[in-house]
Amino acid sequence: MALRVLAFARLRELLGFGERSLDVGSSATLEDIWTSLTASSPEAVRMRASTRFARNGVIVDGATRVADGDEIALLPPVGGG
Amino acid sequence: MIAIGPEPIDVAAMIAAVGSPAYGAICTFLGTTRETSPGDDRPVEALEYEAYVELARADFESIAAEARERYGPLRIAIAHRTGRVALGEASVGIAVGSPHRGAAFDACEFAINTLKARAPIWKRETYRDGGTAWIANTPS
Repeated sequence: MALRVLAFARLRELLGFGERSLDVGSSATLEDIWTSLTASSPEAVRMRASTRFARNGVIVDGATRVADGDEIALLPPVGGG
Repeated sequence: MIAIGPEPIDVAAMIAAVGSPAYGAICTFLGTTRETSPGDDRPVEALEYEAYVELARADFESIAAEARERYGPLRIAIAHRTGRVALGEASVGIAVGSPHRGAAFDACEFAINTLKARAPIWKRETYRDGGTAWIANTPS
């Protein structure tokens, strides 16, 4: 399955992309995708507890399974205002 | 009215968007960029905002709907800058029009607090010494 993954702010810097495509297996969850994308960044791994996931513009939890064509977003702690 | 982008906050347009002959109150809030962060005395040279624009827009719509559920009939305008914002300029603006001032004040405070707690927008400070940091909001 092909996904589009968005990363913002500090996660964008640590993971080295703001947007990329990603091929994953058919039963992948968001937690699986997080684990795979952050494997080479200990700082990103430490941000897991404060990071939220969005799937197609809706906030969801890590157990959520993805579907072909999904837009996944990795959202670190927000700082708007 | 919702605006997310690099343009300066247009307060006059926001006020015009929330006014009504049926309303007796318009409350506005502007958040402006500050030269220091709490707990960090390094002078800030510049601030930049980054947004997940599609989700932020949907979130602003939902904040407006939640405010109407809580505080009754009212109109809300929410605007947030993206990109570089000079010190002292407004980075966020809220305007609320309502029949009476109580609901306008309450809805305005609710909207800014909710935005700061959850809207997918991020702020990076650049310091005069060249360092940078992403600044997360603390619970209000």
